[in-house]
Amino acid sequence: MSESIKAKEPFIFYTRLHLSELTGLRASTLGQLLELIKEVNGSCIYHHTHRFLQQHQHLSPEPPNDFAYWVTDVLGEDELGERLASIDAIQFTTIRSLREKIAATIEKYLNDNPLAKVRFSREGEEFHFIKSVSFVLPTNYAAYDLKDFIDILSRITIDSIYYHIFEARLRLEKNTNDFSNWIETSIGDEKLAREISKLDPYTFTLEGLRNKVIKIVKRRVPD
Amino acid sequence: MARIEEYIPIVGQPIIDDLKLLAERLKGKVIQNINSTSVGGGVAEILHRIVPLLKELGVDARWDLIKGGEQFFEATKKFHNALHGMPVEISQKDFDIFLDTNRSNAEEVNIYGDVVFIHDPQPAALIRKKKENKWVWRCHIDVSEPNQKVWGFLRGFIDGYDAAVFSAPAFSQRLPIRQFLISPSIDPLSDKNKELPQEAIDSVLIKYGIPKDKPIITQISRFDRLKDPLGVIEVYKQVKRYSDCRLILAGGGASDDPESAEVLSEVKETAKDDPDIHILLLPQNDIEINALQRASTIILQKSIREGFGLTVAEALWKAKPVVASHVGGIPLQITHKYSGLLCHSTEGASFAVKQLLNSPDYAHRLGESGREHIKNNFLITRHLRDYMLLFLSLYHPEDIVYL
Repeated sequence: MSESIKAKEPFIFYTRLHLSELTGLRASTLGQLLELIKEVNGSCIYHHTHRFLQQHQHLSPEPPNDFAYWVTDVLGEDELGERLASIDAIQFTTIRSLREKIAATIEKYLNDNPLAKVRFSREGEEFHFIKSVSFVLPTNYAAYDLKDFIDILSRITIDSIYYHIFEARLRLEKNTNDFSNWIETSIGDEKLAREISKLDPYTFTLEGLRNKVIKIVKRRVPD
Repeated sequence: MARIEEYIPIVGQPIIDDLKLLAERLKGKVIQNINSTSVGGGVAEILHRIVPLLKELGVDARWDLIKGGEQFFEATKKFHNALHGMPVEISQKDFDIFLDTNRSNAEEVNIYGDVVFIHDPQPAALIRKKKENKWVWRCHIDVSEPNQKVWGFLRGFIDGYDAAVFSAPAFSQRLPIRQFLISPSIDPLSDKNKELPQEAIDSVLIKYGIPKDKPIITQISRFDRLKDPLGVIEVYKQVKRYSDCRLILAGGGASDDPESAEVLSEVKETAKDDPDIHILLLPQNDIEINALQRASTIILQKSIREGFGLTVAEALWKAKPVVASHVGGIPLQITHKYSGLLCHSTEGASFAVKQLLNSPDYAHRLGESGREHIKNNFLITRHLRDYMLLFLSLYHPEDIVYL
């Protein structure tokens, strides 16, 4: 059991707040969408594959992906929408590789379905490329053992959970999430660390994810 | 005026803690807001709330006004309509008046802010006073299809700013400066949105002679063709064939606006003497609007064009199922089938209303999801956060900023 283990280093909870920066770039066909996906800043790809998680945090898990939503709801390309929605984002450790996968998925679909090239969005329903600007700052919360960790995790903002799980892994290219990293290196509980890193966070709501991580860690910290 | 602590029961302590953390990072910076009026209109309304709350958080926010005569405001009203894409005749004299007034304001207005936050086109030319400080232009209007003559004229000033802010992605243009998306917000503690006891709601219904015997469909908006009140009556008629209901069309209308009176009389003519249609020309009475929204079964917003359409956020905040047109900022507030229903036609709107009347559980779920969506994205606390992030971004050009 890890309950008595004091961490070598405390876990400092950070929060991440974001501002949306407009690019003025827009697409009204799949072809234009594809071209822009290939050339826009990585922060745009990050925004459109992660915005849903933060803005629709109360919903049951839905495709966390603006591209899938637009392709399905505006262009009516359900099959491509499903393919884009089911891209297994957790398998990608860099924005670059995620971008390549999205582009390849659209490219293949256009090759197999040439008629899809001539579909236009209605006026006013174009896809607007937006960039995510992240502001990362430390909160006043620090955990010195797993008990502290659970206690803080249960009341910290979902922005903080989001930062440590999603942003750290993919955008900052840390390979794993911050919680698993700390539990492994500072608490020394490799098994627990692995259990958390094995979760697919994209299939949870942020509140659901909070509860799941608490539940997993709680098993190691009896009342 | 509500204090920042009063928002804690609504959004939670951690959100307010985050605002305080951001405010600390702005210590020592003076934020100078400048617009053209302190009363009337959405810009003044939001500044009256945002500026005191920023101050309470510890940000040195201030608010100054420019002066303008009748001719200046006539010219800027034409600019406003032209930027909305309406056909307007603009003469060289209008541009000259705009420049003269901005020139005299530039001499009179004291620019002292570290960040100068200019709201809307009226004071835009003050940018000529820019020195080492940061300047942001806040556009509160829909400029998705602007009159190119006016837009081109304004670009001469806008391009000199450090950043511009728009309310919806469709309003953005390709500009040589950074541009941010910051949506407007509603204040959950204002008279228009605060909780009301059932007796207060009932008393408004009694005052206007509206029985609670049938489902009530409501559209709150001024009597303006762009809000399509005749289309709303058509929706009601199509629904009524299958589901008995009442319709409330309520909103203000300026007595000096000839078009508004004309539209109102067309609406009355179309409604004829149907006792289930209630046409209410309300004075500016926020509590009554609040009560009517809360008394409704379904809220409609069948606009043909919208700046942002905050009446949708107001309705969703009250957990009402909403059927609204896919225009302006409405799709940001409603994700179709998740937090409301979007439509493109009268028939589509009728179908959606019928569907919701016949599936109260679904309607309830949409309303609840809508309320959560507004809570997370369209309350004044989010607006405060975005403004502080905007000010900070002026000192940090990177995409990931460590504070």
